[in-house]
Amino acid sequence: MRFWRKVACVLLVLVIGASLAANWIAPAGYAKQYRDAIDAAPSRTHWLGTDEVGRDRFARVLYGTRISLLLAPAAALLSTLMAAFIGGLAGYLGGAWARMAMAVTDLFMSLPWLFLLITARALMPLNVSPLVSVLVTFLLLGLLGWTAAARVLCTTAGSLRTSDFVRQARAAGLPRQRLFWIHVVPNLKPVLYAQFWISIPVFILSEANLGILGLGVAEPMPSWGSLLKELEGLVSVGEEPWKFVPLILLVVVVTSFQVLLSRQEEVAA
Amino acid sequence: MRRLRWKIAGHALALLATVLIGGLLSATLVRLAPGFGVDERELDPHLNAQSVQALHDARDQDRNVFKFYFSYMSRAAHGDLGSSLALGQPVRTLLRDRAPLTLRLLAVGLGLAWMLTLTLALSAAWLRLSVYDTVTTVVSGTFLCLPAAVLALLSVLWSVPGSLAIALIVFPHTYRYARNLLVKAYSRPHIITARAKGLGEARILFWHVVPVVTPQLLAVAGVSVSLAAGAAIPVEALCGLAGIGQLAWQAALARDLPLLVNITILVTLVTLLANSAADVIGYVVRDQEA
Repeated sequence: MRFWRKVACVLLVLVIGASLAANWIAPAGYAKQYRDAIDAAPSRTHWLGTDEVGRDRFARVLYGTRISLLLAPAAALLSTLMAAFIGGLAGYLGGAWARMAMAVTDLFMSLPWLFLLITARALMPLNVSPLVSVLVTFLLLGLLGWTAAARVLCTTAGSLRTSDFVRQARAAGLPRQRLFWIHVVPNLKPVLYAQFWISIPVFILSEANLGILGLGVAEPMPSWGSLLKELEGLVSVGEEPWKFVPLILLVVVVTSFQVLLSRQEEVAA
Repeated sequence: MRRLRWKIAGHALALLATVLIGGLLSATLVRLAPGFGVDERELDPHLNAQSVQALHDARDQDRNVFKFYFSYMSRAAHGDLGSSLALGQPVRTLLRDRAPLTLRLLAVGLGLAWMLTLTLALSAAWLRLSVYDTVTTVVSGTFLCLPAAVLALLSVLWSVPGSLAIALIVFPHTYRYARNLLVKAYSRPHIITARAKGLGEARILFWHVVPVVTPQLLAVAGVSVSLAAGAAIPVEALCGLAGIGQLAWQAALARDLPLLVNITILVTLVTLLANSAADVIGYVVRDQEA
């Protein structure tokens, strides 16, 4: 497993590195149109061909990967912080607070994830600028994806609250707030890291689903979701195999995160 | 028996709370939705000022969110869930027309997913071959890394039924838990002893393994309903199946909040009901075991 973790790390570094260097590697910007080469097959100039409006697919894959790989961790950070605040605090306070927080969490968790996402997305205007659509999509993921993590954190904080060292610190007269920040939060860190890593692939896949359904990042901004939307028009797999490159890249990245995740789960356990 | 009654009462209370909170949320969203309170009849040049005023007065009671909530809930109690803004039809009619297809799709999809899950998980626990285990884990892991919408697109490409796409979306989630549960159950000392003494595999499975893993598998089955319901959106939308998932997608694209919120509440109630049923049945099984 250690070997596969190293492979996953190398793959992630390569993909993230390439996407960050898109300005130098890509032959043009993601929105530049080559009107004389519409829907072109791969060539020396366009490594992955062009899309139906003549934009270089390789450039769009690089820029789209950058957007998905930078904003999914940002959304994961937001959801982890929310989970830490809601779940951690509820677990630490215990009693009615914990029951109330967990009732709300359970209610959220009973909503199928995609239904919740598209309902929340529909509340926002759909005809917004591409940049706003990127922010809205990932902000929604971050704001709605905290529930499962909050549940885990509430349980962990609850068990910490009743642990011997916390009881001893409380008996020694340590103020509640200080106790929380000095003794509870550091012990929640492994669980927080694990929840952060778990959220990243979930958010990448959710954005891809929203993008394919036309509810994600708006054109001309690329993301994995909007790039995968191209598969909709395919008649057969062998017809234009280069259109599968974004999908292969997504599977490689998500798999790498899953492999690294197993390590985080071991640490959290 | 008394504890079971309390458990059922707790679940019923959770369902009631979902209806009440969901109803309030729904009423608030519908009230705040763009276009609320606009009546096209007011543009009719044949109407005089008094008639227009009468139309205004008729809607005045709906301006307060809480008044609107109570009127919405009383209408919902009588089966009137309002009208779709985009499709101009009663929500109830739309749901009634599309529910059978979605239910059939979910039932077949879940059935296939669980058949695949149990077959692979049981064979992984029986065979205990690292190669087989690795292959099944890689296969389920690959499906886990594919977005549900991509699986729906691939099912269109390969002319595979939508229910199979749902099965392949649900299967990797259920397989992971089922495999772990079964492997853990088969490594229990009394089962190892039974195997060593030559007890038949079928007897070991039905007498010693099934009673241990059933409550947990039932809990996973409850969660799988929620997963399948979520998967119905991309599958129906991209495979062109006129079910509730496609309706929700169309409502989201058209920002048809009355329809979308009602669908979401309905689906939430179905998944809550499935989870509650799984929990209660699991409790009964555990109780009988004890």
